[in-house]
Amino acid sequence: MIRIENLHVTFNPGTAIETRALRGLDLEIPAGQFVTVIGSNGAGKTTLLNCLTGEVPPTEGRILIDGTDVTLWPATRRSALVARVFQDPLAGTCEALTIEENLALAAARGTRRGLASALHAARRAEFREKISRLGLGLEDRLGDRMGLLSGGQRQAVSLVMATLRPTKILLLDEHTAALDPRMQDFVQRLTRELVEAERLTTLMVTHAMRQALELGGRTVMLHEGRAVLDVADEERAGLGPADLVALFAEVRGQELDSDSLLLS
Amino acid sequence: MNLVAFLGALEIGCVYGLVALGVFLSFRVLNFPDLTVDGSFPLGAAVVATLIVAGADPYLATAVAVLAGAAAGLVTAFLNLRFRILHLLASILTMIALYSVNLRIMGRPNVAIIAEPTVITPFEGLGLAGLYLKPLVAFAVVAIVAALLARFLVSEYGLAMRATGANPRMARAQGIATAQSTYVGMALSNAMVALGGALFAQMNGFADITIGTGTIVVGLAAVIVGEAIFRGGGIVVAVAACLLGSVIYRLAVALALNADFIGLKASDLNLVTALLVTVALILPGARNPLKALLTRGGK
Ligand SMILES: Nc1ncnc2c1ncn2[C@@H]1O[C@H](COP(=O)(O)OP(=O)(O)OP(=O)(O)O)[C@@H](O)[C@H]1O
Ligand SMILES: [Mg+2]
Repeated sequence: MIRIENLHVTFNPGTAIETRALRGLDLEIPAGQFVTVIGSNGAGKTTLLNCLTGEVPPTEGRILIDGTDVTLWPATRRSALVARVFQDPLAGTCEALTIEENLALAAARGTRRGLASALHAARRAEFREKISRLGLGLEDRLGDRMGLLSGGQRQAVSLVMATLRPTKILLLDEHTAALDPRMQDFVQRLTRELVEAERLTTLMVTHAMRQALELGGRTVMLHEGRAVLDVADEERAGLGPADLVALFAEVRGQELDSDSLLLS
Repeated sequence: MNLVAFLGALEIGCVYGLVALGVFLSFRVLNFPDLTVDGSFPLGAAVVATLIVAGADPYLATAVAVLAGAAAGLVTAFLNLRFRILHLLASILTMIALYSVNLRIMGRPNVAIIAEPTVITPFEGLGLAGLYLKPLVAFAVVAIVAALLARFLVSEYGLAMRATGANPRMARAQGIATAQSTYVGMALSNAMVALGGALFAQMNGFADITIGTGTIVVGLAAVIVGEAIFRGGGIVVAVAACLLGSVIYRLAVALALNADFIGLKASDLNLVTALLVTVALILPGARNPLKALLTRGGK
């Protein structure tokens, strides 16, 4: 379970370029729930994920994972609980290392790394089996450098990497955005299968309204660092992409109204 | 080229093979352009020569020299990680400081140990002519170090270190303490270079304050030659390539110096090396990650 209480993040405080990326976000996500996160550019979606991974320290507020306050944990310590797939296929893998070396790195996430060989027969067999499930034929190319794979193939491998170790939370940041439509569908299906198989608590950021409604069981809309819409279950099932866009516009419209009130 | 020149090139190639391994670890594995080696090579020589003259056991003296090199690497890593001083600058600061430190250690610019016992002494009774013995010992040492390094780099910890250099953000997301693996890598790198310096002093019978000049370029040359000859392959091949690159580079230099028609003198070595590295860096399409690293001044 994730509990986010009154989360604030301010970049460059007190300067001309001060940015209040998160402004008192409250969110509670029960274990095993799959939440899709939408919102316009700069709404604070990536910042929220960065706070959960420990990459960005909150200016105010608390983050609890399964009741433990992890607000002050550094990213390396959080990695035992949190796995992530980046938007940029290049960001989540090491292109200079082979596929199996990347997998081995992920297979040791959050554990002590010693002098034992990183790749051994049992592990290779496990990797082969997991990668063959992708159906991309990559299981015969485990010794290839990661840099040789296409963006979609890399994202697929990144997803496998994220689920190699038992993890509590999976964070996906527009992880299909850089892919062509066919690969997008493939990675989306893979995401659903993996999340269901491992029953992961998942946060997925997306700009695609259809994807936001198709995947998971709850959708949260961020706007200016706060959650402005939170729909789940039946309420959500009744929504179509167009409704979401309309809600979106409504939120921003209210904003305009209040601005004009202020100005008048 | 006669036998003496050939064996001499082999010996020096193996000694500088240790430098090449150190440079490989910092530049290629950690992505940390490190010039500390110009100071840690003579540091190894200075420590070992001073201790041997003072009557210490040569093996113990060599071990202390290795530790001193590791400490130098830690200082550079500390300056970079703690105070965010640019890699190159941090390493230049350590290198310059080491010049004074080395003079302090030796008490004078040159310490002779030609008549003292060295790590080679125990093997002299084996009936092998001194001519063959030194290259053999040098090769044995560098081969063992290279094997250990290769084994380290395929371990869980070594793989984490490679990820630290290749993609630090991803490394942290995988729970790798990148600062720690940088410290360890820089210590190992300069420890290997100092071992090279300690071996150099014992093979040649002296330590001198000037022997460090250009060490980094010689190390880079060896890495570049190795990579040019042994393309592709995994990390183990890359480690072996450093060692072979160093030997091949020295043999090529010996050949050039021996060919009278070229008219080169031994003192032209640094110029030739600098030219070689420059050419390697500016050659179009050269598959040379060092190129990206150096021409952009590192990340
Ligand atoms: N490291 C940083 N330093 C300064 N400002 C930042 C930093 N990271 C994000 N910001 C700012 O914080 C705000 C929120 O950014 P964030 O990346 O969270 O948005 P997002 O919702 O992910 O947007 P997008 O849909 O474009 O990815 C933006 O105004 C951004 O410019
Ligand atoms: Mg974003």
